[in-house]
Amino acid sequence: MAQVARELGLSADEYRVLVDAIGREPTMTELGVASAMWSEHCSYKSSRVWLRQFPTQAPWVIQGPGENAGVIAIGDGLAAVFKMESHNHPSYIEPYQGAATGVGGILRDVFTMGARPIANLNALHFGAPDHPKSRHLVAGVVAGIGGYGNCIGVPTVGGLTVFDGGYDDNILVNAMTVGLARADRIFTSAAAGIGNPVVYVGAKTGRDGIHGATMASAAFDDQAAAKRPTVQVGDPFTEKLLLEACLELMATDAIISIQDMGAAGLTSSSVEMASKGNVGIELELDRVPMRETGMNAYEIMLSESQERMLMVLRPGAEDRARAIFDKWDLDFAVIGRITGTGRLVLRVAGETVADLPLAPLADAAPVYRRPWVATPPRAILAAEDVVAPVGDGEALVRLMGGAHLASRRWVWEQYDHMVMADTVQRPGGDAAVVRIHGTGRALALTADVTPRYCLADPYVGGAQAVAEAWRNLTAVGAQPLAITDCMNFGNPERPEVMGQFAGCVEGMAAACEALRFPVVSGNVSLYNETNGVSIPPTPTVGGVGLIDDLDAMAIIAFKRAGEPVVLIGATRGHVGATLWLGAICARDDGAPPALDLAVELRHGDFVRGLIRGRRVSACHDLSDGGLLVGIAEMALAGDLGVALAPAPEDLPSHGWWFAEDQSRYLVTATPGEAKAIVAEAENQGIPACVVGTVGGDALTGLDGEPISLKSLRNAHEGWFPALMGEND
Amino acid sequence: MKAGVVVFPDSNCDRDVMVALRAASGGEPVVLWHKESSVPPLDLIVLPGGFSYGDYLRPGAMAAHSPIMRAVKERATAGTPVLAICNGFQVACEAGLLPGALLRNASLKYVCRDVHLRVEQSQTVFTARYAQGQVVRIPVGHHDGNYVADAATLDRLEGEGRVAFRYVTPEGEPTAGANPNGSARNIAGVFNETRTVLGLMPHPERLADIRLGGTDGRAMFESLVEALA
Repeated sequence: MAQVARELGLSADEYRVLVDAIGREPTMTELGVASAMWSEHCSYKSSRVWLRQFPTQAPWVIQGPGENAGVIAIGDGLAAVFKMESHNHPSYIEPYQGAATGVGGILRDVFTMGARPIANLNALHFGAPDHPKSRHLVAGVVAGIGGYGNCIGVPTVGGLTVFDGGYDDNILVNAMTVGLARADRIFTSAAAGIGNPVVYVGAKTGRDGIHGATMASAAFDDQAAAKRPTVQVGDPFTEKLLLEACLELMATDAIISIQDMGAAGLTSSSVEMASKGNVGIELELDRVPMRETGMNAYEIMLSESQERMLMVLRPGAEDRARAIFDKWDLDFAVIGRITGTGRLVLRVAGETVADLPLAPLADAAPVYRRPWVATPPRAILAAEDVVAPVGDGEALVRLMGGAHLASRRWVWEQYDHMVMADTVQRPGGDAAVVRIHGTGRALALTADVTPRYCLADPYVGGAQAVAEAWRNLTAVGAQPLAITDCMNFGNPERPEVMGQFAGCVEGMAAACEALRFPVVSGNVSLYNETNGVSIPPTPTVGGVGLIDDLDAMAIIAFKRAGEPVVLIGATRGHVGATLWLGAICARDDGAPPALDLAVELRHGDFVRGLIRGRRVSACHDLSDGGLLVGIAEMALAGDLGVALAPAPEDLPSHGWWFAEDQSRYLVTATPGEAKAIVAEAENQGIPACVVGTVGGDALTGLDGEPISLKSLRNAHEGWFPALMGEND
Repeated sequence: MKAGVVVFPDSNCDRDVMVALRAASGGEPVVLWHKESSVPPLDLIVLPGGFSYGDYLRPGAMAAHSPIMRAVKERATAGTPVLAICNGFQVACEAGLLPGALLRNASLKYVCRDVHLRVEQSQTVFTARYAQGQVVRIPVGHHDGNYVADAATLDRLEGEGRVAFRYVTPEGEPTAGANPNGSARNIAGVFNETRTVLGLMPHPERLADIRLGGTDGRAMFESLVEALA
C-alpha cells in the first residue's frame, strides 16, 4: 500500500500520518480519497502558511477566502460573487477541453454560491510565439474558452494574453467568473442536520478525469502527453441546465448547503461539506448516477466528470427539488445522509468500502513550511545607462505591432462578449464594464499581472500586480473593491521558487492593505515546471470595482480634436525590466519600477474624482510600454491623431516615452478644463503636465516622419492573425 | 402587442430579446417552454439566440423537433409573424420555416463583433422603421452563420424581395471583407414567402440600448410594435 500511495503522490511521511490517523492500513478507496484530499491542489499544503498574510477584511466583504468564491456587497441589497482559478496542467495536455472545463469549473464555483454568472475573464500565458507548440495551444485554448462560455451564455469580457518563452512547456490558463446574487441569499457548503438527505444532481459520473487533482499537483516531464486521460471533458449544455435548475431551486428554501464537484469530484465535495459542518456523511455509491457500467468505489469517488453538484436538503424537500431537476432533464439522486459520527462512510451494495475520520482529511491535512531563499535584488537601470538602438517612432511601431502589445482582437472575437446585453465596455479598454442588470450601475472587471517584474523582484512585482488591477478599475471610474488571485508558480520544493512565492505574497499583501483592496478568494497552482525548469512567478490578480453612475464612466478613446492630453504622475525614466528594454534592446536586466503605494492611492483617487466629476473626456492608465504606447492606444481607439509635445530635456527621450514608472494616468479634457486639472494636481502635490494635443490622423512631434494611424493600426492588428497563419 | 419567446434547453438570448421587446413597449412577453405542444394567441413569436441542445448534432436540428415547434409552425403557416434570431434562424431553417441552411463559418471560428448590414427590404412588419438601403450596425455572435442555398433558391429569394439584410461595408458595399462568415451573396437574413417569418444571424437585441454602444437594433422591435400593436 505504501508503494501505491507513492504513485498517488503521497510522500512516505504523509502515508505514515494517514495510517496513524485511521489506526490501520487504508483500503484502496480510502487511499484514493486521502491522496486526492492531500494533493497540493486540494490541500494548499505548501502555500497555506503564506496565504494567511493576505488582508481579507473590509466592511463590504461578505465572504472571504474559504468558500467556493468570495462575496462582496455592492449596494441595493446585491452582492458580487467571484473567483479565479487555474487550469494550467490540463490545458497544456489537452488545450480545448482543459481550457473549457476550467471555465466550467469556475462558473460552477460562482453559481454554487447562489449567484447568476454575469461575466467571465481569463489570463493566458503562452510560450514564445515561434515555439512549435504555441499556435496549437493558442488555437485550442481560445476555442475551448469560447466553446464553453459562448454556449452557456455568459459573456467573456476581458483578460490578458501573454507570450513568453518562460511558459514554453507550462502554459497558464486562469479563468475568472463574476456573478450577481442577493446579499441575503448566499449559499455555502457547510453541511448541517443529522439525518438530512445528501443529493447528487447534474450530469452522470464516468471514468473521466480520475486523479486530475493529483496530476495537477506534479511537475511535467517528457511524458506529459501520456497524462491526457486525466483531463476531463466539458459539456456546457448540461452546465447551462444545471445553472438554471440550481438557481430555480435556490429561490426556494429547500437547500441547506451546496458544493460543486470540481477537483477530486465526489471526494472533495463530500469531505469539505461534512468537515466544514463538523458532521459525518454516509454515501451509498451504487445510487450515484453513472454513465458507464462496472465502476468501482475508487473510480466513483475520484472521477472528475463535470457539471455535477452535491447538496444537503431540508428533510421533506426532496420531491420539490426533484421536480425542478426533472423539468431540466437532469439526474437527481438521494445518495446518502448526514450523520453525527464525524466520519466519511462509503458503501457499495450495503458493504462498507471506506470508513475514514474526516478531521485529518480536511483540517489536519499536512502543512509545510518549505525552505525558501529570497530572490537577489537587481540594480536599478537609469535611462541614461541604455543607448536606444532605434528611434522612438520605430520603437513605438515595433512595440504596438509586437507579441506583447499587438491587438488581441483575434482572441476576443472568438468569445461572445455581448450576450446578456449588459456589456457596457467591451474588451480592449482598461477594464471591462458590465452593467448590473436593470440599473444604471455597473461592475468594472480586470485581470492583471506583470511576470517580468515578479521575476526581477517578487515583492515589487506582487505589489504591482495588485496596483495595476486597482489602476485599471480606477481608469474607468470605478471604486476598486476586492480581488481574487491565482498564484501560478513553479516547483515549491525548490527554495528559490518558494522565495518567489513568499516575495509575491508579501508584496501583494502590502498593496492590498494600502489600497484597501482585500483578497476574497483565490487559487494556488504550483509545480508549473517541466524537466526541472519553472515558469516565471505569475500571481494573476482579478479585480472587481463598482461604478455607481454609468453616466460618469471613462473610456480610453480620444474624443475630439483640440483637447490637450494630460499626464498625471511622475516620469523618472525607469527602463529596467520594461517592455522597451526587452523588445527593443533585447535585454531583460534591471530592477522593476519602484511602486509607492501612498502615491498610487493619491493619484488614483484624484483621477477617479475627475472621472466622477465628468471633467475628462477619456482616461487611460499607463502600464506596459509606458507613455507613448498609452497615447497610441488612445489614438487608435478614438481614430484621432495627436501632436506630441517635445520630451523634457532632462531625460533621454526613450526614458520619457517608454519608461514604466508607476502610478500614472493620461486624461483628455477641454483646454480650459485641462488647465484647471493641471493646476489642481500641482496644488495637491501630484505631478501633471500636458504631453500633447488631440488631432489629425497621425502621431506627430517625434523625430522623423509622422506615424500615420493607418500604419500603426496595420501593425497593431496584423500581428495576431499573422501568427495564426491568417491573412485577413 | 402580445409576444411569446420560445425557450429551448440552452436558449441564452431569451432574456435579452425580452428586454428589447419590453423597451420598445412590446408589453410583457410570455415564455413558451419547449415541452409545451400548444401556443396561446399571440401577435409575435420569437425564436431567440443560444445553443439549443448545445448545438450537438447540428445547430437547430434537435430543437426543430421539439413539441413547441409543431405549434409554432402551425401559427406561422396561419400568418403569425415569427422573428428567428441566430440560433432561432438555424432552428427555423431546420424546421422548414425558411429555405436554406447555416453552415460553419468560413473561418471555422466563432465570431463576435459588430457588422454593418444593408436593409434590403423595408416593406415588412419587421423592417418598416428602416429605410430601404439603409446601412445599420448590429452585432453577430455565432459559429454557424454561413448561409447556403442552391442557386435557384437564392435567385428566387432575391427576385421576390425576400433577402432581408446583407453584410456590407460601412459604405454599403457587399464585399467579401464585410462578410463575417462566408454567407452566400453576403446574405444575413431572409424572409419566408409571405414575409411574415424573418430569420437573421445578427442580434438586433444587442444594440437596442445606447448604453451598449448603439440603437440600430431597436427599430426592428419598434417596427413590430407599430405593426402589431
